[in-house]
Amino acid sequence: MSDKKNSAGWSRRDVMKAAGAFSAAGAMPMFFSRGAWAEETFRNNPGKAASIKLGFNVPQTGAYADEGADELRAFKLAVKHLNGEGDGGLMNTMKPLSLKGNGVLGKKVEYVTGDTQTKSDAARASAKRMIEKDGVIMFSGGSSSGVAIAVQSLAQEMGVIFMAGLTHSNDTTGKDKRRYGFRHFFNAKMSGAALGPVLKKEMGTDRSVYHLTADYTWGWTQEESIKETTEALGWKTIKTVKTPVGAGDFSQYITPILNSGADTLILNHYGKDMINSLTQAVQFGLRDKEVNGKTFEIIVPLYSRLMAQGAGKNLKGILGTTNWNWALKDEGSKAFVKSFGSEYGFPPSQAAHTCYVQTLLYANACEMAGTFYPPEVIKQLEGFKFDGMGNGATEYRAEDHQCFKDVLVVRGNENPTSQFDLLEIVQEVPRSQVEYDAKIFGGELGPYKV
Amino acid sequence: MDAIFLQILNGLDKGGAYALIALGLTLVFGTLGVVNFAHGALFMLGAFCSVTFQKLLTMSKQVKDESITFFDAFKEQPYLEIWFGDFGTTIIDYSVPLSILFAIPVMLLIGLIMERGLIRHFYKRTHAEQILVTFGLAIVIQEIVKSIYGANPIPTPAPEIVSGTAPIGVLIGLGESVVYPWWRLIYLAFSGMIITGVFAFLNYTTYGMVVRAGMMDRETVGMLGIDVERRFTVVFGLAAVVTGLAGVMYSPILPPDYHMGMDFLVLSFVVVVVGGMGSLGGAVAAGFLLGMLQSFASMNEIKSIIPGIDQIIIYLVAVVVLLVRPRGLLGREGVMED
Repeated sequence: MSDKKNSAGWSRRDVMKAAGAFSAAGAMPMFFSRGAWAEETFRNNPGKAASIKLGFNVPQTGAYADEGADELRAFKLAVKHLNGEGDGGLMNTMKPLSLKGNGVLGKKVEYVTGDTQTKSDAARASAKRMIEKDGVIMFSGGSSSGVAIAVQSLAQEMGVIFMAGLTHSNDTTGKDKRRYGFRHFFNAKMSGAALGPVLKKEMGTDRSVYHLTADYTWGWTQEESIKETTEALGWKTIKTVKTPVGAGDFSQYITPILNSGADTLILNHYGKDMINSLTQAVQFGLRDKEVNGKTFEIIVPLYSRLMAQGAGKNLKGILGTTNWNWALKDEGSKAFVKSFGSEYGFPPSQAAHTCYVQTLLYANACEMAGTFYPPEVIKQLEGFKFDGMGNGATEYRAEDHQCFKDVLVVRGNENPTSQFDLLEIVQEVPRSQVEYDAKIFGGELGPYKV
Repeated sequence: MDAIFLQILNGLDKGGAYALIALGLTLVFGTLGVVNFAHGALFMLGAFCSVTFQKLLTMSKQVKDESITFFDAFKEQPYLEIWFGDFGTTIIDYSVPLSILFAIPVMLLIGLIMERGLIRHFYKRTHAEQILVTFGLAIVIQEIVKSIYGANPIPTPAPEIVSGTAPIGVLIGLGESVVYPWWRLIYLAFSGMIITGVFAFLNYTTYGMVVRAGMMDRETVGMLGIDVERRFTVVFGLAAVVTGLAGVMYSPILPPDYHMGMDFLVLSFVVVVVGGMGSLGGAVAAGFLLGMLQSFASMNEIKSIIPGIDQIIIYLVAVVVLLVRPRGLLGREGVMED
């Protein structure tokens, strides 16, 4: 190969050497600052902007609109506290805490809201709009596992972190888990593990169970987990029946229970379905029945206070689980209830609690990482151990992004002292009892960089 | 045998509800020729008459719970109980049946306002335009209700005395295990009574006969000097009352929420189409038929043969009926066939 020089005295080899040297020199500062190359290119990088935007994607219409409204209240409160306004809420009790009350990494926190309508396609469209049009750096919220799984996969595709709201399906942090999705809320597997010993103590080891199950991801996984728990106790599963979501009148599914030989009904329903199926099961006299020499029992594995309001007196004495309850007496719960109650005039729901905590956890992770660059923030959240947020010592498990903490077994209050005192805490089940191997549900988190 | 008997009862009970809702819809279509997509909203408004009346009866003296300082927790005692003691408690307990008295004038008024204020301007428009405007109206109504009462269902229990189950098996020799909720049996009887009442009104009163004549030939009746339009307005009000009462009585079965009308809308249209557009008898027959089929399709024995049949049976029957008999079971020639 010749090394022929041009009129300026540059050979082709000289040009190539110079180009290589120039490129290396140009890129050099990037090599010495952590992830700086990638940071410049990540989606919705706030750069030198004075503020960042978070997206709160909650059901503002549809059956879960009340729950969505409570989530939104919590998000607004969290933003207020992050920006150093109000009484600080859980920032007073959270340990370890990197937040300073001056926004996140010195940038003021702003927010936009979206309506999931509790429909996967609408939730995805809303989240996409927040990411592409509004430039949110993180989004959060929701009241359905179907929605959470749908937007979580969008989060992974677009490289924007999603801090899930209320989602209880095992799949969210199981087979459908994603690197960019995190769940603070507990799941069906944990509900089963928490309920098991209480069911054994109160109802013994010889029961025949009939399941009515909402026909979608959450219902399926809850049925599977609760069935696993009750069968381990020695209970016999008589029948599992899937019911369409939003069936309204469940009477045609309840009448076969009357002569099925079952002495226990487990309602794997949530929200309006749970209110309707429970109301109708009670109307059909199930709770007054004696079967196999035992009083017929109804169990609602997943409870919420808003559901309890809808079910009224039908809920009295019925066992279930919740992620959190405003009547908890730990310092974190008291601080949050005080802050939320002073702001809005009533106590927060468990959906509000999880959304508030998720916002603070994300912001805290950014402070710990010293950057908004998602892979670094994710690494801070993975395996993060904290306390003082309600539910005792908590850990975001790195393997599946599921939070592990104490779970509450509750019962519909027989003698409420106020209009909010609807659930009585039967037991605070320790975290060690609800932990499980992350591998059992399979799934892949996916890459950090997208 | 027990299971079949229970599903028959269940089918009748469901059918009663479907027939009652579809009856109002058919009444409006048969007289005014309007495809009223706001009909489900009338059912929901009826249920909320029950909620409103219950709220009125349970207006309470609120005593602040001093143990909670950071939000307003109250201990409540209804004024009726303070004033009348146990009698007040009994009145509150009977709020759902009593709310029928409240719902009749309210629903009549709503029906008249709806017809005079909006629907009558669309009599001569196409069915597509009628559907659009009434569907829009339904959304407006439900959003208003949501803004007042929230999105969560509101419990409206039946009176204590009928909140349990009737030992119906003992009465007919099937044993103690065959029971059925009292309130559902009452609902079945109530729907039978209302359906009979509407048919009697249309068949045996002069007013009803003129309405029927108007349904057959509006022009000729008008030429006889009868103000058919006014009578049809009253019929719209009557349809609103019938549908509203169906909602009132359904409120202990399904705690009312703002969206319940939409949940019943599609179903009631299927009932009307299967029964035959404009046919009152067809609507009632189709209501009971579909209720019964839906109930039996939900039996575990049937579902083990055809999985998922419970969720599609109504629509499957609608498809078959329309293929075999396009104008519905008892549909009249010429209706919706132009």
